Amino acid sequence: MTRPPIVAVLLLSAAAIAYQILLTRLFSVILWHHFATMVISIALLGVGASGTALALARGWLIPRYAAAFAVCAVAFGLTAPGGFALAQRVAFNPLEIIWDGGQQFHLLQVYLLLTVPFFAAALAIGLTLARFRMAIGQVYRADLIGAGLGAAGLVGLLFLLPAGDALRVIGAAGPMCAGLVLWPRTRSGAVTAGLAAVILAMAWPADWLQPQPSPYKDLSIALNVPEARIVAERTGPLGLVTVVESPRIPFRHAPGLSLTATDPIPEQLGLFVDASGMTAITRFDGDLAVLAHLDRQTAALPYHLLKRPTVLVLGTGGGEGVLRALQGGAAAIDAVELNRQVADLLSDDFATFSGDLLRRPEVTPHIAEARSFVEATGQRWDLIQVPMLGSLSTAAGGLGTLSETPLYTVEAVRTYLSRLTPGGQLAMTRWLRFPPRDSIKLLATVTAALAAEGVTDPAARVVMIRSWSTVTLVVSAEPLTEAEIAAARRFAGDRGFDLVWLPGLRREEANRFTVLAQPYLYDAAAAIFGPDRQAFLDDYPFHVAPATDDSPYFSRFFTWSLLPELLTREGTGSLTLLDSGTLVLLLTLAQAALAGAVLILLPLLWLRGGGTAAPAPARWRVATYFAGLGFAFIFVEIAFIQRLTLFLGHPLAAIAVVLAGFLVFAGLGAGVARKLAEARPRSGILLAGATLAVLCLAYLALLPPLMDMASGLSFPAKTMAVLAIIGPLAFAMGLPFPMGLSALSAQAPALVPWAWGINGCTSVIGAVLAGLLGLQIGFTAVVGIAALLYLAAGAVLRPVATDDDSAKSLHPGCQKTGPI
Amino acid sequence: MIAGRVRPSWLLVFAATALALIADAAPAETDDRFVAERQAMVDHIERIAGRIGGDVPQTLEPRVLDAMRMVPRHQFVPEALWDAAYDDRPLPIGHSQTISQPYIVALMTDLLDVAPGDRVLEIGTGSGYQAAVLAALDAEVYSIEIVTPLAERARNALDEAGFAGAATRQGDGYDGWPAHAPFVGIVVTAAASHIPPPLVAQLAPGGRMVIPVGPAFMVQHLVLVEKDADGGVRSRILLPVRFVPLTSGSG
Repeated sequence: MTRPPIVAVLLLSAAAIAYQILLTRLFSVILWHHFATMVISIALLGVGASGTALALARGWLIPRYAAAFAVCAVAFGLTAPGGFALAQRVAFNPLEIIWDGGQQFHLLQVYLLLTVPFFAAALAIGLTLARFRMAIGQVYRADLIGAGLGAAGLVGLLFLLPAGDALRVIGAAGPMCAGLVLWPRTRSGAVTAGLAAVILAMAWPADWLQPQPSPYKDLSIALNVPEARIVAERTGPLGLVTVVESPRIPFRHAPGLSLTATDPIPEQLGLFVDASGMTAITRFDGDLAVLAHLDRQTAALPYHLLKRPTVLVLGTGGGEGVLRALQGGAAAIDAVELNRQVADLLSDDFATFSGDLLRRPEVTPHIAEARSFVEATGQRWDLIQVPMLGSLSTAAGGLGTLSETPLYTVEAVRTYLSRLTPGGQLAMTRWLRFPPRDSIKLLATVTAALAAEGVTDPAARVVMIRSWSTVTLVVSAEPLTEAEIAAARRFAGDRGFDLVWLPGLRREEANRFTVLAQPYLYDAAAAIFGPDRQAFLDDYPFHVAPATDDSPYFSRFFTWSLLPELLTREGTGSLTLLDSGTLVLLLTLAQAALAGAVLILLPLLWLRGGGTAAPAPARWRVATYFAGLGFAFIFVEIAFIQRLTLFLGHPLAAIAVVLAGFLVFAGLGAGVARKLAEARPRSGILLAGATLAVLCLAYLALLPPLMDMASGLSFPAKTMAVLAIIGPLAFAMGLPFPMGLSALSAQAPALVPWAWGINGCTSVIGAVLAGLLGLQIGFTAVVGIAALLYLAAGAVLRPVATDDDSAKSLHPGCQKTGPI
Repeated sequence: MIAGRVRPSWLLVFAATALALIADAAPAETDDRFVAERQAMVDHIERIAGRIGGDVPQTLEPRVLDAMRMVPRHQFVPEALWDAAYDDRPLPIGHSQTISQPYIVALMTDLLDVAPGDRVLEIGTGSGYQAAVLAALDAEVYSIEIVTPLAERARNALDEAGFAGAATRQGDGYDGWPAHAPFVGIVVTAAASHIPPPLVAQLAPGGRMVIPVGPAFMVQHLVLVEKDADGGVRSRILLPVRFVPLTSGSG
């Protein structure tokens, strides 16, 4: 074989990155939002381990290139769907983590099973780069273009196929690549591989590949009810939408319904996205009387304070917010829904059932990400309503800890407030958790937003009430009038809801119906509105400081200070006070470190390196340099995924666009790194490190205004904007790794595989660590750390001379951003 | 040759006898083991109730603890989990359900404060364990389970454990069990977005309803609904685990 198999490399690279992104989609159906950073870490582990394998076995593999590539490609084809099918059979249950030590083992099983396909694909491509050293540029371009196509192609594929069937297509790509490589040597072998691809795509049993939601997800629980059945299902990149009918035992979804309510709850269908967070589609024929139960919930409060308001409902879901607005006498309703399929279900399949809600004259539906919609609009409303999202069990278990929620940040609340008419109100309803967390954070967030808007009397503008399970907060654009205060008192009193805060409320009035041992929430509100707000937030046992766009994890309540006390109470169930999302991330970090060390670094001990005449840099300098780069790169990448999730409107879109962008541009940077290293052999690395540090800091300053400017663009235009923004930074980030490798290969070639290994290992750990740090200290700090790491890396490695090209003999020096 | 033929058959007989003896002995040993584990479980509950109890009783009623000592919890969990049956932790029992942590069962039973002969309704039979503990207190137990296989399994477990008197049925718990209302105590372990008004209606004056809140495997708080002698309803939220909410800045 004289020419590299360009198409096969492109296709395999595309399949591998598509697989990576698809896994985050599949696991959000099976479990909760635990897997986004973990999947990146898994992919990097596969790549890192393949680099080590290549370092150990390239002498044996290169003469057998075609066969080895084919075997790896077929292995990818088998293990991509097969690894997923096995991984979803592992009885991993994040809810049991605090009780059952065996869950850590299950998590490790999932982690290792999913590493195999990435290892196989990366080995095939790494081998191609090693085998065709003269055509490295060509192979490398194919790898990068493939990655970009794979990311975009997967999103397109998810519009056409359910996620489980997308796995078939990705799996079939493996044998197809093998066929392409074998074609010049053995036609029959190639044909066999082609046939294998077709068979592989068809043969997987459907139930192996369809994501099976955990039995503890809302959809599974609903389907356990006798005669409950799925009546509609839609799949797409934004999620799996399922509608369930339960004719024998009705849903009766009415969160926090007053204990004094006697109104019947109309027939409902359950609407689930990714098998969780049920909202109800309610049977409605235009008769508002059947909706009386909606007026017996805390969320109805603002309709008793405002007369015939114009309303913006952020999150249409099954239509409950819109129905409540109708029931409350709204004059006009704008209803925003992220997922077109949800809105389509209401307007098509269940149009009759739901009274064609979205086509009523008062209602204007919009398909958009809620926050982006509000940012982009110049319109104003009397009432902006953020309905309750997710289920009580998801909220209570801390399962949403790792989900970004741009709807509940200080910046979001400021935007909402700026879109209110004079005297208008913002209303937010959440599940009430104990010990109190969400409610206090909501209050702190609103207070911080009001303060940022220059409001000096936030306490005069807030009403907060609670039922036994929900809390509703209303913020007025202006101080509440006596009439509004009286109406709020009446509303709560009639329904047996407790007042948490109201201008003029006395402590003894705050704990009357659903009694707490202390009026915890009133006390918290008093502290937040008082002079000691910061001290209160700092000392509270949970993290209740306001969420910001920089760390938009409203549901993160974990504090390190709580951990020691809870650990002393081990075996008592006290750990249930922690959020399981954070626990899973901590365990993932531990096993990422272990797996990285065992699979990437440990095997390198078998390597016997040759010496060199050139003076070798100290080993610690090499280790620090490549570890620093490993952490810094992935920190920046994960921070960008997080920041751009808000901008692009959905995590999956952000992962696809940002991964592809970093991969392609860093690869282009790596392509010119060698020339730079030659031009400035002594100062090049320091210069690259310093430039990156400055660039990182410049991006921190420039990204928010750039995103603000582009917030009104369409999705394709936003994607192009993101790529244009990422481009220069990612290009520069592609430089230091090959420059260092180039220098190292001249001075100490024996250390080159170690440089790869250390870099790979720190990337694996860094992917999880970045997520954890983002949760704890925010992504500005994460990028700040990356800037320092780049600077330190640039300062620590001092090349003597660079005149060897052996660095090019491994991977071509692009630091890895995705699977390959 | 004869000896050669005879020896295996003797061996078989011997083996069969030995097996039979072991098989006979096994239940007794298992029972002894479980009695000891049950005692250890109750000791643990007593200990932690005092140590971690939030705004719930720090000492549990001795009769509740006696009932917990009496009910063979392992019979209410899948056999594969018998080794963990007396650990103070919730366990999966299939069909998206769990058997609650023993401390929480003890706590809820204690909060219900039932006397012998009191009529108690349970919504969400699950494994049947809570019903058995209530029955062990000589309460008149009525329990409803929505999931058919669970309802059947719990019925069998209750019968085998000697609690045939506890009445169970498969069905919708939302409307309660009007034929036997009013109830002095009601336990609602089934997840609900709100407290079903019919259950409030079926609570006897002076009666108590307990609702554990939290996802599977995690009870984070308990709602206690009390109906006074005049029919007035009041509810309380109780934290089963100690929590010190306010330090500085306390109002």
